[in-house]
Amino acid sequence: MGNILDKPFVKVEPELCKGCGICIDACPVDVLKFSNNFTSKGYHYAYYIDEGCTGCGVCFYACPEPEAIVVFKKGYEYAGEEVG
Amino acid sequence: MASKVLQKPKSFYDIYERNPGTDKKMPHYCPGCGHGNVHKFIAEALDDFEITDKTILISPVGCSVFAYYYFDTGNIQAAHGRAPAVATGIKRAYPESIVISYQGDGDLAAIGTAEILHAANRGENLTVFFINNAIYGMTGGQMAPTTLVGQRTTTTPTGRNSRNEGFPIKVAELISQLHAPVYVERVALFDNKHRARARMAVRKALKNQVENLGFSLVEILSACPSGWKMDPVDSLHWIRDVMLPQFPLGVYKDVTKEVEPYPIDHFNPTAKETKELLEINTEKGDKKLTRVTPRPGFENPEIKVAGFGGQGVLLLGAALAQAGLLEDYHVSWLPSYGPEMRGGTANCHVNIRDIEIGSPMVSNPTVLIALNRPSLEKFEEDVVKDGLIIYDTSLIDIDVKRKDVKILAIPATEIADKLGNTRTANMVTLAAYAAYTGLFSKEVLYETLKSAIKRKRLQEINRKAIDEGYEFGLKNH
Repeated sequence: MGNILDKPFVKVEPELCKGCGICIDACPVDVLKFSNNFTSKGYHYAYYIDEGCTGCGVCFYACPEPEAIVVFKKGYEYAGEEVG
Repeated sequence: MASKVLQKPKSFYDIYERNPGTDKKMPHYCPGCGHGNVHKFIAEALDDFEITDKTILISPVGCSVFAYYYFDTGNIQAAHGRAPAVATGIKRAYPESIVISYQGDGDLAAIGTAEILHAANRGENLTVFFINNAIYGMTGGQMAPTTLVGQRTTTTPTGRNSRNEGFPIKVAELISQLHAPVYVERVALFDNKHRARARMAVRKALKNQVENLGFSLVEILSACPSGWKMDPVDSLHWIRDVMLPQFPLGVYKDVTKEVEPYPIDHFNPTAKETKELLEINTEKGDKKLTRVTPRPGFENPEIKVAGFGGQGVLLLGAALAQAGLLEDYHVSWLPSYGPEMRGGTANCHVNIRDIEIGSPMVSNPTVLIALNRPSLEKFEEDVVKDGLIIYDTSLIDIDVKRKDVKILAIPATEIADKLGNTRTANMVTLAAYAAYTGLFSKEVLYETLKSAIKRKRLQEINRKAIDEGYEFGLKNH
């Protein structure tokens, strides 16, 4: 494999986010915020502020959407530029 | 080892091809809808237990009616409230499968009350996920049986009044009072701790089925921001502050540690056991009955027998099926009649086949036995090309119009009348059919009489009827 992730990371896919804000409410370290931008459906999507994710995963389970949120934990092995 | 990445479970389709809309990557649920969370918990559990390919998910009527767009499992969408009944049938037909009944409160607690109670009471080895949002969400937020006292909905604009609309039905409490269920819990989706608890409950309820422990139900208090006309995050607070006091959380029943897993039991009696159940005893006779070969074109008949009630229509069909059993055919007999015992019309569907029978229904018979005129008129057109129509010319004063079928016209009632009992016309007809087609030997029909006609004093006259009918059938083919 390739690289080992040295710090956790959460990825929000803007076009699959419905802007409900439940992940923002759920995040214990407040690293998810509403974007000022819209998705093509007109939702303010959630985004990661690029700092402070602990990889706890609660946002993944709080999010009702199947693939709007992906959480990469510390130690995740990845190849190339899949993450980051 | 715990996964280092949390992402869309594999038990979801990658692309939701079944969704006819343009958006194939996003479920149809509103922002903040609890269905999405429960779907995710289920899909993740199916992945982890490696049961996706043997899971059959029953979608209800309600917002989750389209659950089959998303789950890469077997899927069936049931009529409103009937998911537990459909699930019962599937689980019994395929005991090795994992069957999930996924239902909302308008589905399960209103129109489907009977189905869920009896599935639970029978202790079907099913997993039921009951999504309770206290309203009819899909139709626009009407009062449901689970609506809270005082809650405003589109149909209770001043709040649910218990004097007029009763009290919310507490499904977890209700089901937990039954003897058979092994696990009943109510959970809620409103904060991280409770979502984690809900996730564990979903997993446990599925695990119970994997281990054949019995009936599990998880009630999940779940937000409907659109129906409640709230912001998604506010709707979570509403669950906590308003729903919880009336729907207390907790494990209402868990006897999973005490019950024995029950073995998967196929009720699949042998031919011998079936005969014993029907009191057909071939061992009694001295000679072994051997199967005769029917004339070409008459193998594996799908038969419809029709006439007035009281003509012995159902008995004729049942006797055919019993004769088939004696010759170790697969048989089915499906009666269809009105509430009256005599008069009115009656018909029955009979299959006598070399292979297992999928459906007992005979919509397009290869053989029609019409004992009265209305039956001939009604079913003549349904007979397949090159099929056989047998009709009683004593009672039917018209001819068969079809030119592409074989016809056996028999004055069965007259023959029976001459024998001294018009009611044996059915056995005359049966024997004529057997002889005409070569389907059954006379010996088999005699043997059939022993179980088909219970009254001993009627045996002799019916034997004579068989002799007469058999002779007629042989002469006229």
